[in-house]
Amino acid sequence: MKIAALVLGLAIAASAANDSFLIRNVDVYPVTSAPLKGASVLVTDGKIADIGPRIAVAKGVKIVDGKGMRVYPGMIDSTTEIGLSEVSAERMTVDTGEIGEFMPQLRALIAVNPESEHIPVVRVNGITSVMSFPSSGGRGGRGGAAQIISGQAALIHLDGWTWEDMEINRSAALHILFPVIPARGGRGGAADFPEDPVPGGGPATFTEQKRQYDQQIRKLNDFFDAARQYQKERGNNAPGFKRDLKMEAMIPVLEGKIPAAVAAVRERTIRDAIAFADKQHIKVVIMQPRGLKNVAADLKAKNIPVILGRTEELPENEDAPYDEAESLPSEVFKAGVKFAFGTGSNEFVRNLPYNAARAAAYGLPQDEALKAITINPAQIWGASDKIGSIEKGKWADLMVTDGDPLETPTQIKYLFIKGKEIDLTNKQTRLYQKYLNRP
Amino acid sequence: MKLAITTLLALAPLGAQVTVIKNATIMTESAKGTIKGSILVRDGKIAEVGENVLVPAGATVIDAAGQWVTPGIIDCHSHIGADGNINEASVSVSAMVNIKDVINPEDIAIYRALAGGVTSVNILHGSANAIGGQTIVIKTRWGKDAEGLIFEGAKPGIKFALGENPKRAGNPQGGRGAAPVNARYPSTRMGVEDTIREAFNEAVAYKAEWDKYAADVKAGQHPIPPRKDLKLEALKEVLEGKRFVHAHCYRADEILMLIRVADDYGFKIRTFQHVLEGYKVAKEIAAHGAGASTFSDWWGYKAEAYDAIPYNAAVMTKKGIVVSLNSDDAELMRRLNTEAAKAMKYGGISREDALAMVTINPAKQLGVENRVGSIEAGKDADIVIFDKDPLSNFSKVQKVLIDGSKYFDRDQNVSDRPMKDAEKQKLIEHEKQDQPQKKAAPARRPL
Repeated sequence: MKIAALVLGLAIAASAANDSFLIRNVDVYPVTSAPLKGASVLVTDGKIADIGPRIAVAKGVKIVDGKGMRVYPGMIDSTTEIGLSEVSAERMTVDTGEIGEFMPQLRALIAVNPESEHIPVVRVNGITSVMSFPSSGGRGGRGGAAQIISGQAALIHLDGWTWEDMEINRSAALHILFPVIPARGGRGGAADFPEDPVPGGGPATFTEQKRQYDQQIRKLNDFFDAARQYQKERGNNAPGFKRDLKMEAMIPVLEGKIPAAVAAVRERTIRDAIAFADKQHIKVVIMQPRGLKNVAADLKAKNIPVILGRTEELPENEDAPYDEAESLPSEVFKAGVKFAFGTGSNEFVRNLPYNAARAAAYGLPQDEALKAITINPAQIWGASDKIGSIEKGKWADLMVTDGDPLETPTQIKYLFIKGKEIDLTNKQTRLYQKYLNRP
Repeated sequence: MKLAITTLLALAPLGAQVTVIKNATIMTESAKGTIKGSILVRDGKIAEVGENVLVPAGATVIDAAGQWVTPGIIDCHSHIGADGNINEASVSVSAMVNIKDVINPEDIAIYRALAGGVTSVNILHGSANAIGGQTIVIKTRWGKDAEGLIFEGAKPGIKFALGENPKRAGNPQGGRGAAPVNARYPSTRMGVEDTIREAFNEAVAYKAEWDKYAADVKAGQHPIPPRKDLKLEALKEVLEGKRFVHAHCYRADEILMLIRVADDYGFKIRTFQHVLEGYKVAKEIAAHGAGASTFSDWWGYKAEAYDAIPYNAAVMTKKGIVVSLNSDDAELMRRLNTEAAKAMKYGGISREDALAMVTINPAKQLGVENRVGSIEAGKDADIVIFDKDPLSNFSKVQKVLIDGSKYFDRDQNVSDRPMKDAEKQKLIEHEKQDQPQKKAAPARRPL
């Protein structure tokens, strides 16, 4: 018995030596608690095993010296098309925006290409997980019918041999493009996101727009009602019950297990989306709002989080304050609404921390800016037990930096995803080295 | 009356506008480097910069303690004030059209650029044509009319475009988001080269006609002048070095192609614009003597941007090219200072050299470095005051001076908002009262 225990003990020590490492003498920024200067973080089997001023480890455990450096949790972007879109202007490289109005059964996760060049480009800036959405927000304009439910968004790690390796939460949200009555755009408004997206362009007159809108809202409610009816029949094992993939996909939403991520830009749309969520008793996250003044109190009262778009964005209307997008996060924070950032386009994902920083220049506390790209999105997307902060038991998604990650010149020195050290090179660093050395 | 005017003129020097910005951290972008000190502005020009500057009696003093000062930011590639008028896409060579004719001084994008510290802007024609329209440099003097915006004395330019954009107009399917159009030449990179060569072939002959005419006149003869061709006039100016060529390009092959065409016809490319693969042919660009005006980190949005790297600016700088960072975008141009910080991150460019990419370097590329781009005595007083380090993402623009006059003041902008909101509300109320009359159905127009 004693011998067995001894052997077992040795085995544990050996495996710990292989699968553990210690970052020591580093300033730890856990995000969920106060920073610790000159402390250590122990990682075992891909997870954070210990954090403290001094951690003793067995001989042979790999040591990373963090002298003069800081360690933060990896950052999370809440709106991307990573893995689904390679060259946005080339249709054959883009897998967002399927045909069909109500497509809850579509899964973004299974179309994620683990070899996408965007993945190593994005993660070397410290972004370790992203939400990948099945639709770019209806702006794609493929000429098909307007999408209302575009499918399931996935929360993924930016490392893995397959999309199964990359999965954190395969169905983190159901993406709904809430119907809108388009407003007329003001001159000087933003080119890309001036209004709520109207797939396929909108009709000309208000009366016609309103008619279409009412019809779409009716269809959306009918779809949810049908799903609820299906849920009931399924539960009762009703005679003649037939399995329906669309309806199956709606059940976790009806049960409140996953939220609906509802794209709603203008206040009017947001109000309608809140009313819809109330009526259907579902959990919602409001995506990419541009104005919240008159709905913020309602969002707070109902505990509805929002995903803010880029602060690097023009004001919506010509007569709006020039710093409208920059000031919005601070207003949302003051209103007590939970929020995170989503950059929306693969090419800008690596600038996620700079968007958060820009909000801080215009009134958002700096630590809140950091939370909005770490712990807040982890909570909003149901993964706060796994990612989003440096806490015991969470995945070791860590970035070791030489300064504040919200500042552009700061360099990432080491990056870990699930405790695995990530190579900091990518296509772009290779081209850089190659042509820098061109004779 | 005459007497009164004379008196006014005589008084003018006494009423000269004198401003002193003091206690600032000044990134001069000159040989002086970054200093703590003051700037004396007199009559729209920088009179003195230094650690100790005497404040003349009656001067307006701006205390910039704890704040940072930079030269006015310059964007070498923008379309603000010309939106909706930037592509005359019907022909492959549209050298006859001029952006100067369509500047809208009330475009709010001009004010937003100003609020981001931008004081000078190169406004270009679009990229639908192999040879596009004529360009103009403006200052963001918000409130002035179109003439008042023009950067007086700045050499005009012309836009060329290579790669996907000029050939897209020749593709019957159009690009994504583009309406299908009738095919027009060119629709390949080969055709783009030929289009440019054909145009210069004509321009060289045209110039020879005019040169001969001038020589004959000089010789005392009375020849009939050649017919004036507005398209070829602009290209003749290129051949004479009187008009800068700003060439939109992405891939290394097309950059090299245009250098060789220019060599053959004996003209210079002033700047390659976007030039995302400039890092691959930096040696050739440097040898030609062209500048490069690029994006900091845009990539992957189209096939020809797939090899774009954020190290582009750094590599081209290291290979001896004058590099600027541009926006091509009304949003991005409001934060070119933090775009410059990306040159520090990607490729280790120094703080001063990074800021130079949005100040003195674009000034050089536009040929206005004797007027703007750095804080030096004798230059235009185009000055930006930031609350923090301008290369920090936590900084924002507080004040902007152009020609010594204050054109933007954040505190003023913020404190004016309640008044403007009230004014807007009043207008909305007024509009609501007018509603009943508007409800009448519009009369149907006869077809």
